[in-house]
Amino acid sequence: MTGTLFEQLWSDHRAGTRADGRDLIYMDRHVAHELHSPRAFARLRETGRKVRRPDLTYQALDHSVSTFRPAGDTGAESPFIVAARAGCEEFGVHVFDVGDPEHGISHVVGPELGLTTPGSSYACPDSHACTVGALGVLAFGVGTSELEHVFATQVLALKPLKTMRVFFLGTPAEGVTAKDLILKAISVAGADGGRGHAVEYAGPAIEALGMEGRMTICNMAIEMGARTGLIAPDETTIEWLAGRPLAPQGFDWDSAADWWRTLKSSPDAAYDKEVVVDCEGMETQISWGTDPSQVVGASQRVPDPADAEPARKEAMARALSYMDLKPGTPLSEIAIDRVFIGSCTNSRLSDLEEAATVLRGHKVAEGVKAVVTPGSSQVKRDAEARGLDKVFKEAGFFWGESACSMCAGGMGDAADPGDRCISTTNRNFENRQGPGVRTHLASPANVAASAVTGRITSARKLLAGD
Amino acid sequence: MKVFTRLTGMAAPLLQNDVNTDQISPVAGHGVDTDYSNTLFYRQRYDSDDNEIADFVLNLPQFKAAQILITGDNFGCGSSRESAVWSLAGYGIRCVIALSFADIFRENCLRNGVLPVVLPADQHRALALKVAEIDGAEPFTADLEAQKIVTPDKLEFPFDIAAAERDSLLRGLDDIGVSLEHEDEIAAWEHSMAERRPWLQTAARPR
Repeated sequence: MTGTLFEQLWSDHRAGTRADGRDLIYMDRHVAHELHSPRAFARLRETGRKVRRPDLTYQALDHSVSTFRPAGDTGAESPFIVAARAGCEEFGVHVFDVGDPEHGISHVVGPELGLTTPGSSYACPDSHACTVGALGVLAFGVGTSELEHVFATQVLALKPLKTMRVFFLGTPAEGVTAKDLILKAISVAGADGGRGHAVEYAGPAIEALGMEGRMTICNMAIEMGARTGLIAPDETTIEWLAGRPLAPQGFDWDSAADWWRTLKSSPDAAYDKEVVVDCEGMETQISWGTDPSQVVGASQRVPDPADAEPARKEAMARALSYMDLKPGTPLSEIAIDRVFIGSCTNSRLSDLEEAATVLRGHKVAEGVKAVVTPGSSQVKRDAEARGLDKVFKEAGFFWGESACSMCAGGMGDAADPGDRCISTTNRNFENRQGPGVRTHLASPANVAASAVTGRITSARKLLAGD
Repeated sequence: MKVFTRLTGMAAPLLQNDVNTDQISPVAGHGVDTDYSNTLFYRQRYDSDDNEIADFVLNLPQFKAAQILITGDNFGCGSSRESAVWSLAGYGIRCVIALSFADIFRENCLRNGVLPVVLPADQHRALALKVAEIDGAEPFTADLEAQKIVTPDKLEFPFDIAAAERDSLLRGLDDIGVSLEHEDEIAAWEHSMAERRPWLQTAARPR
């Protein structure tokens, strides 16, 4: 096929073009979440419209249910959940309900069930919908109005996007994870480097990643401002999907897999923008500031605005003030109060295994509060079957339930004002994990290592006994 | 959708880049029935005891009733929460002028009768200086019909916007209604996909 993978999928899903030039891009799968759907359902009632394809639509309940909930808590105290359930009942939408075996974060549950498959399209009223682009899916995060639009029409009315490729060149140092690669890429491309673009991630370092690491990469496409991100499917993708309950079965599986193997950008495809990330020998990366592009290597020091280009100085100074950091401080000397492992970025089984490998035989440092929340009930069951819950609990972690939790500071799942938290999440924005909370983004391994020392610490350093 | 034609009001400066939707509409202010009239920039406008933070721009007396906001690059980045736009509109700000907007935020503006104006760097700088000079003493006008921002001393800053987007805002078009005019094409697409890739036109339930 010709063109980039994104262009192929776009053209494949174009059901029509409006007079205003917007293409009507069909959404094969639509997973709503409860912060948006109550208002969209209300609007459908007001306008007398229906959900066009309730059979292709699902409802996640992930943003407003606490991950600290006791067994049997169904989230009934969340007005969002109550209203979302009522709307789903009325419009015939299936709910991944709290307490169901399929409950979890929308972008974790979709792929894990085999609901999102290569070459398909996906909408979710959440900016991290791009996560599922890792399977070669055309994925769009939307607001409430566009959610209502997909409910009523099963299409999104989109302006064409530009294409961009982020190419990872070279081989990173041992112990470098998907999270480190994407943090580095955002620091290179900038927090708005992908604006107006669909980003394809490529290069040997991407091909070497497992499916879950690729989801971590695509998850943070929005943090470089991209409307979506994707990775061409390959045998890793197909093997990962095989046997998943909602993936195509039997004859459909065979024809699907044959088609998936053809889904790639043509070798001569031209991208509107290309960013090369040199990751030869790259070390693990940690954020120091208040936007996800403010990142340095774990062995580095907090940068000095005086050394920065003029346009960045003011934002850096502001970030340093909020983060209560002084330029020149080695990251390894920054003490932390909290650690969090979870969110749609890093809460899958391989993320938990990565952290548990670091934690075995260690304890969380005195005074540090540590929380880990699996991304879905399935991840939780799988982790418990492998005894990972015991590793976390013995180290001193709280082992929570699945949901968005401390990523967005909702439902009381927040740190205390002034806390410094090292976190596997995607946004280090001011007040993101609670008012006044200072967030450092890092990989599960580095968050686990930091939990043990009480300071920002790379897992490699901890395991080497430095 | 609420029509946007012409707006005259005070213009307030928030000259930062990368203002994110968590700042514009903090999660704690969200509710199923919230009217979002007092949630805008909540953490920057109020301290932890809900007292006003005196030096935040919208708390300065001359900008309390601002209807136009001028900001920097990449405004509205981060979360797709539409409450960011509802909070701006709820406060009374229905025009934001920036160097650039985050994609999803801009889409949300267009569907809520909020005008996102992008100016080239030199024009943006000149207008920002003018906003600082006027300092809330007199109103600016955002004129979508004429595609220009007009300062109190009648300086004009023309801006570009796609004709279809301008038309949609001017008429307050129902975006879903426009797409539903293509219902036959959508149905035809579904029919063809059911033949080509049947697994995409059916979706199993988990149990």
